[in-house]
Amino acid sequence: MSITDFFTDLLNPDLAFLPKALAMAVMSSVVCGVVGCYVVLRGMAFIGDAVAHAVFPGIAVAFVFQGSLVLGGAVAGVATALLIAIFSQNRRVKEDSLIGVFLVAAFALGIVIISQAPGYAGSLQQFLFGAITGIPDRDLYLVGGTGLVILGLVLALHKEFVAVCLDREMSRSMGLPVFWLDIVLYVLVTLAVVISLQTIGNILVLALLITPAAAARLLTDRLGVMMLLAPAIGGGSALIGLYLSWSYDLPVGGTIVLVATAVFLASWLWAPRHGLFTKRWRAVRADERSEGAVPKREVAVGGGAQ
Amino acid sequence: MRALAIEQLDVDLGGRPVLRGVRLHLDAGELVGLLGPNGAGKTTLLRAILALIRPRGGRVLVEGRPSRPGRSAIGYVPQRHEFTWDFPISVEQVVLSGRTGRVGLLRRPGVADWRAVGEALDRVQLAALRRRPVGELSGGQRQRVLVARALALAPRILLLDEPFTGLDMPTQELLGDLFASLAAEGRAVLMTTHDLVAAMESCTRLVLLNRTVVADGRPEELQDVEVWMRTFGVSETSPLLKLVRAV
Ligand SMILES: Nc1ncnc2c1ncn2[C@@H]1O[C@H](COP(=O)(O)OP(=O)(O)OP(=O)(O)O)[C@@H](O)[C@H]1O
Ligand SMILES: [Mg+2]
Repeated sequence: MSITDFFTDLLNPDLAFLPKALAMAVMSSVVCGVVGCYVVLRGMAFIGDAVAHAVFPGIAVAFVFQGSLVLGGAVAGVATALLIAIFSQNRRVKEDSLIGVFLVAAFALGIVIISQAPGYAGSLQQFLFGAITGIPDRDLYLVGGTGLVILGLVLALHKEFVAVCLDREMSRSMGLPVFWLDIVLYVLVTLAVVISLQTIGNILVLALLITPAAAARLLTDRLGVMMLLAPAIGGGSALIGLYLSWSYDLPVGGTIVLVATAVFLASWLWAPRHGLFTKRWRAVRADERSEGAVPKREVAVGGGAQ
Repeated sequence: MRALAIEQLDVDLGGRPVLRGVRLHLDAGELVGLLGPNGAGKTTLLRAILALIRPRGGRVLVEGRPSRPGRSAIGYVPQRHEFTWDFPISVEQVVLSGRTGRVGLLRRPGVADWRAVGEALDRVQLAALRRRPVGELSGGQRQRVLVARALALAPRILLLDEPFTGLDMPTQELLGDLFASLAAEGRAVLMTTHDLVAAMESCTRLVLLNRTVVADGRPEELQDVEVWMRTFGVSETSPLLKLVRAV
């Protein structure tokens, strides 16, 4: 299917779910891209994973009682994030095994709860792998509103988040409320995960958080640029992924994640400063230059610049 | 009034006594070296001065008032490994991050903040590298970035944790001169170190610490090897004592 056909379909009133799905996918990818930068830089991918597991029982309860899935997931996720934040303040407790135990249990609980609802098999697949149909308008606004709140908080607290990332001890000595900043950050990560669940699905949402930010990290050494690139990569992957998914009838979550992964791999190979091939190519150039009448010392400098 | 006055400080960590009856005074203009073996409580003492840990007894007065995070005029330079060096951020942004608490929540850094950053960078002679990503600096340059970050608050008291560790001699000398001149400008500077030679060379006063203050005096006053033996728990034949006698 050509791009023009895709846009025609987007405007087709019979396919009203398609623009809704696109809006959901792009909004959540952009928000995940921004928040993911902190996740990647602080090496707290495990929190995203934990939360993604933990929201499942919340969603299951919401499904059984026909409430808002976003809301149900948010409540369960935020509760988990708070618990993790509190536990991880005590650095002597190894939080990862704790998380491993409780969150797989949470996931199991979710499966048990949802199995009580009639016709759960289809819904289960939808939760796990994402879907583009059946998004209520209410959720669209909820996701949009939540996304704006998340981005607003990131903008407001950015310099504090950075200070804590750089040096916790120093931040404490400056009088920053390090504990509360951790809590806010964990809650933001949770909300970003929750609003992405509908399109991407529970299993793949971690990729939306990590992959665009990791790709952006490879492309730049400047945080500001990274925090613009990551949502751009995420949003772009969502758009292209949805297009491919719609054209070739592929599962939407998986396709979006694969597109983002392709961007990551491309960055890994060809990033301007840190790419694998870029370094090779520079080394070759340095060798070529050194074949002329270049003094030895400069050759060493060229080699050292890799 | 004393820049820093520590009275009968007792600190416990994890239920174990770490510091007992520590008494230490610092005046403006002094560069004091805090020496002691691993686990002596040097870092703990600095953290107690910053009020990052609550002491069991005693008190820390900064310019006559109890120490409080974010309120007291203390600049802190932690050990280099405490900092996330692979973060994508430039030298000047790191120095600016030292003012995060001062700038305040929901505010952006203003002209005064950037001026303080510029002055701090000039002071440590890093102005030329201000836009360099911090991950691409040498150990000595990194140490100077951390000093500049502390100086960005224009502190009257400076605490340095092992600033010389892992640096070569020329870099140590350069930093030693920097700390000496920071003190000479009227700051009170307290630094922990394992480098006896550098400490004897640049410090106006040395404090030997092991759980408590074992000795406190000008380098030439600490010729008595017995206090060194007591602080470091070494025997009379230790090379450490040869070093003490030599300098
Ligand atoms: N968080 C903690 N909980 C319990 N005990 C601690 C903690 N941190 C440090 N200690 C103990 O307190 C003592 C003093 O530690 P401290 O880090 O202050 O020593 P130090 O003099 O800085 O040593 P080094 O030269 O190795 O840096 C050590 O015995 C250490 O085991
Ligand atoms: Mg120490």
